Amino acid sequence: MNSRIIGEQVVRAWAVAKKDIRIYYYKPPVLISGILMPVFLYLAFLMGSKPVPMSFLISGLLGMTLFFTSTAVSPVVFPWEGQAKTLERLVSCPIAPEAIILGDMIASSVFGIAVTVVALIIGLMLGASVLNWVVLICAILLGALCFSAIGILLSVPPTAIPQNIMLLSTLVKFPLIFISGIFMPVDQLPPLGQTLALISPLTYFTDVVRISYTGGGSFPIGFDLGMLLAFTVILIVASVVLHKKTMPLRI
Amino acid sequence: MSDAILVKDLTKHFGSITAVDQISFSVKKGEIFGFLGPNGAGKTTTTRMITGIIKPDAGEIQILGYNMVTAPLLAKQKCGVVPETSNAYHDLTAWQNLMFMGEIFGLPDAYARRQSETLLRAFELTEHAGRKVQSFSKGMKQRLVLAMALLHEPELLFLDEPTSGLDVSSSRLILSMLREMNKRGVTIFLTTHNMDEANNLCHQVGIIRSGKLIAIDSPEKLKNTIDRLHQVEVSFEQEISEDLLRIMPGIIQISHIGDKWKISGENKDALIRSLVRLSEREGLTIISLHTLAPTLDDVFLQLTGGQYS
Ligand SMILES: Nc1ncnc2c1ncn2[C@@H]1O[C@H](COP(=O)(O)OP(=O)(O)OP(=O)(O)O)[C@@H](O)[C@H]1O
Ligand SMILES: [Mg+2]
Repeated sequence: MNSRIIGEQVVRAWAVAKKDIRIYYYKPPVLISGILMPVFLYLAFLMGSKPVPMSFLISGLLGMTLFFTSTAVSPVVFPWEGQAKTLERLVSCPIAPEAIILGDMIASSVFGIAVTVVALIIGLMLGASVLNWVVLICAILLGALCFSAIGILLSVPPTAIPQNIMLLSTLVKFPLIFISGIFMPVDQLPPLGQTLALISPLTYFTDVVRISYTGGGSFPIGFDLGMLLAFTVILIVASVVLHKKTMPLRI
Repeated sequence: MSDAILVKDLTKHFGSITAVDQISFSVKKGEIFGFLGPNGAGKTTTTRMITGIIKPDAGEIQILGYNMVTAPLLAKQKCGVVPETSNAYHDLTAWQNLMFMGEIFGLPDAYARRQSETLLRAFELTEHAGRKVQSFSKGMKQRLVLAMALLHEPELLFLDEPTSGLDVSSSRLILSMLREMNKRGVTIFLTTHNMDEANNLCHQVGIIRSGKLIAIDSPEKLKNTIDRLHQVEVSFEQEISEDLLRIMPGIIQISHIGDKWKISGENKDALIRSLVRLSEREGLTIISLHTLAPTLDDVFLQLTGGQYS
């Protein structure tokens, strides 16, 4: 594939992303629940029994917000489109499977980032000031792609019943929350927890966001961002390889 | 390169069933090719493989010189596809669906808008352009899907039962558009159960049964292969008994339907002459006399092993 074709495919991926946003994200219930989530998370965190400093709290909160929003809709796009036969349309068009997946990822990332920005603004209003904006922005961009890729990987099983995928994604998502240093720093977890934390990309996101607010974390900045990038690449490659296998089974 | 579609030894299995079994054929540029076969014969599966929607287990597919398996993007760019089940995005309006197709095919924005307006007008959808497809009737959806397939002015158009379940005016509109497109040089691959449609529209017809291509020829030649049928339909002023007709030479079968006699014989010419002689001799008056040519229906039923009625 030469660079002109790749360029064309990226433009077409963007068209898929716009279509996804229009159909699956830019809907009042999705938008409202997207905005309510950080609000409720703040309430829950602030009303917690232990007084925790805001600057510590907010990294876990941003982590949960970005993780849940980026994985909320992305796992069910493929089952929905398979069921509605619109996937058959896409596959008959001159767009590569990679571009369809990229488009779905972009849409999911845009949604995740938008809601996370809402959470960020609420944090600023509550007095959580950012020490390192560059690191925070890099983390959010990379995290959004990484978590969206998780969402899309979850949609690999070729079921046309979106509920099956919702169950699977709940089973994967909630355990990740507990091993990712959201509620306490990784180095305070029991040894098993510390080991498990290493295989969760959310750990590195939460850690690097914590650094951008407090200046200190469990790992160096470069390591956190590097691990996020590595996870993103691996998840995307796995999604592409596996989706290419299962896509024909949905049609 | 005068072949728009070239298919060689195409095969597809689903588990233990062989849906498509080593099919080979070609469709010339500018032709309308009719693809016929009973339910479950493998028409949709074949069409899906040729249009790159599913991968064949074996075989080769060339679309206007591009290999569908190894160069799918280039091949798909040339094709417009109207699938068996209409698949516009229900949550988008007709206009948004068209614009989305424009982007996916990489069309310049102004061109996509101009084309969309023209097509919406041609398919009588202009006043529904801003409505979500959800609220469309079956015929409207089908017309929209066809408009979406034509947006990028494909050289090759695939349609899987485009008129099934539509009313007369919707299907006429679609068929006249197909003729129009074909006049402008578009090659058309049409799957249908409607024999009249195939007979009136197609240059070539392929008949598939249980995954195997069992005939491929022009409709007229196919009809000629059914030579056993030389039928005339006659009605007389007077009531007559079947025995009177039976005495004519070379009669194979006689049936009496309503006020008409349907007579098949070995030779049409001899049959008509004997009928005239008979009516003179017996003092009968012929009200009407038609010769009945075999229809594509007859060909289809005979080749696919259906009951001949
Ligand atoms: N995705 C699939 N999985 C399993 N079997 C399939 C699949 N698609 C088609 N088949 C089988 O392949 C055979 C051919 O089906 P196909 O849909 O191609 O027939 P068709 O000629 O289009 O029939 P119709 O006139 O009813 O549309 C059938 O036996 C069908 O059950
Ligand atoms: Mg079919």
